[in-house]
Amino acid sequence: MALKHAQEYRDADIARQLAARIRARSCRPVRLMEVCGTHTVSIFRSGLRSLLPETVTLISGPGCPVCVTDQADIDAFVALARQPGVIAATFGDLMRVPGTESSLQRERAAGRDVRIVYSAFDSLKLARENPDRQVVFFGVGFETTAPTVAATVMAAAEAGLENFSVWSAHKTVPAALEALMGMPEVAIDAFLLPGHVSVIIGTEAYRSFFRRHRVPCVVAGFEPADLLAAIAVIIDQVESGTPALANAYPRAVAADGNPKARAVMSRVFAPVDAPWRGLGIIGGSGLDLAPEFARFDARRRFTLDLPVAVEPKGCACGQILTGARRPPDCPLFGSRCTPMDPVGPCMVSSEGTCAAYYRYARGGGHD
Amino acid sequence: MTLETILLDHGAGGKLAHRLTTEVMLPILGNPILDGLHDGAVFDLPAGRVAFSTDTYTVTPLFFPGGSIGDLAVNGTVNDVAMCGARPIFLSLALVIEEGLAVADLERILNDVAAAARRAQVAVVTGDTKVVPRGAADKIFINTAGVGVVAEGVNIGGHRARPGDKVLLSGTIADHGMTIMTQRADLGLALEMQSDSAPLNRMVQRMLAAAEGIHVLRDPTRGGLGTALCEIALQSRVAIRIDESAVPIQPAVAGACELLGFDPLYVANEGKLIAAVAPEDEAAVLAAMRADEHGRAACTIGEVTTGPPGQVTLTTAIGGERIVDMLAGEQLPRIC
Repeated sequence: MALKHAQEYRDADIARQLAARIRARSCRPVRLMEVCGTHTVSIFRSGLRSLLPETVTLISGPGCPVCVTDQADIDAFVALARQPGVIAATFGDLMRVPGTESSLQRERAAGRDVRIVYSAFDSLKLARENPDRQVVFFGVGFETTAPTVAATVMAAAEAGLENFSVWSAHKTVPAALEALMGMPEVAIDAFLLPGHVSVIIGTEAYRSFFRRHRVPCVVAGFEPADLLAAIAVIIDQVESGTPALANAYPRAVAADGNPKARAVMSRVFAPVDAPWRGLGIIGGSGLDLAPEFARFDARRRFTLDLPVAVEPKGCACGQILTGARRPPDCPLFGSRCTPMDPVGPCMVSSEGTCAAYYRYARGGGHD
Repeated sequence: MTLETILLDHGAGGKLAHRLTTEVMLPILGNPILDGLHDGAVFDLPAGRVAFSTDTYTVTPLFFPGGSIGDLAVNGTVNDVAMCGARPIFLSLALVIEEGLAVADLERILNDVAAAARRAQVAVVTGDTKVVPRGAADKIFINTAGVGVVAEGVNIGGHRARPGDKVLLSGTIADHGMTIMTQRADLGLALEMQSDSAPLNRMVQRMLAAAEGIHVLRDPTRGGLGTALCEIALQSRVAIRIDESAVPIQPAVAGACELLGFDPLYVANEGKLIAAVAPEDEAAVLAAMRADEHGRAACTIGEVTTGPPGQVTLTTAIGGERIVDMLAGEQLPRIC
């Protein structure tokens, strides 16, 4: 049973022992970035920060797919939802993200056909059920989501569906790590690497990154004890001066990941330079539809009249995504920008750093 | 001609409306007061202060494991009245029906209303039916209002929690919300979970009979346990600390929450209550709750403290601390 497994790893005693070990071992200050949004939420929800010594600073990274989606892509989603005859299919947490003029939630309230789906395959079902409508799936996410979307596109090709397309804004994680290390204002001593993404790409996908930068890189799972175990490995590496690429989530992650999923992904998608909110354009970090599947590319199928994308004034999401600033440092945080009335995407997504701070650590909790 | 589908004419007050009332509704819901078909119900109430509450129900799907919009509409209002410390007695029932609803579905819903009313020992004594054009409502919306009587000496209110009070919870959280969510998402997990929709008035009467030190009662419906605790902390100007590992949750519900990225503290319940109780009455009230079929898993989850007014904190299973905030907007399933 999956859950019994989960409970075992949540076991309070193991977690307390790991935290005690970290407190006993850690002497040098470490700035440690958790790259993945699900890690961020797990860290906050479990109150894990309150168990760590002051030497360990956790920085939340750019691993929330909604948060790093470029404003121009959000504007395109809104424009697509407004196209006559279109059914816009989206994951739930994109609904509230404010674009330059509107959000999908507002478009739905205005009568556009915006449907929340739980998987890309749901949007294929919509296309089959509505042959006289165009169904556009908004493809956002990392290597975790991309293989399913790729499989969906292959299924659409096999079925010869003419009314289905994908607006791909998928992104890949290793490219973002590289970009972060190249930013002068970003000072990171070690990385907690994302568990789900690594299930697909494998630990070896980070090898060349690690060789170039020689900072501790440890793949972590999502239970509090998983995270503490990975942090303990990092602290050991830091204290002994022996950085390494390590896997602290071996029950799910293999060195070569999931070759089948990677094969599907690389058949359907081709790398492309992509804009990230906060990080700018990163070479080869996006996934565009490969020529063989270009007919399912919403970017080619629709001609959109897009506004000049303007990121919200005063919003520090960009710097927060790189760990250069903390949410409470943003002048909008908690006043002008709240989960009910978000200004930037980091406050919208449940996995966004600002939302996690707002929900779990406002007015307390050291970090 | 037998009735098969609800038409706009059924709400127009003419012959069809009369047939709907007399042939469909009264056979299911009838009682001496309702059968009179007056413009309103006339009745006596026992002595005491009167509690009065109303709520409107809309849910997709209409029928789900563990209940339907029919029993929700009764239990929800019965519970709101009960949370005032009152014994609910009478309900009103108003239906807004989208034309095209199958009469068989309406009958099924009304049967659930009748069964829930019997179970809660309340009577539906007045009602109304409107039919709106297709698209103007989603199949059926139901409003119920309820009146009840508060016994002498009972004084329950969201502002009455005091430092030192124990916080009790009547059972597992998030069952209703996750059942509905997984039904909508068609995730195939539904077999393992069902809504907790239930009337809590009998349990409340048992609790009130067991001890005088019950200060607050609240049913954590929309917004979940977390939001309800925040409301109590704000209204009473106290802090509340709860212990995560003490909060019961069904394994299947916890799994569904993890899958969709939901925090169970903010997921709706429809058959649970929280109580703030003077520490000396904790054992007696817990025993009264556990003696009731809807409170078998009742437990203490935390206490009221002198911390910053309005603040709710949670001690996590691994011994960490964090804030519990009110839910902001509906939880949306995440991308992973």
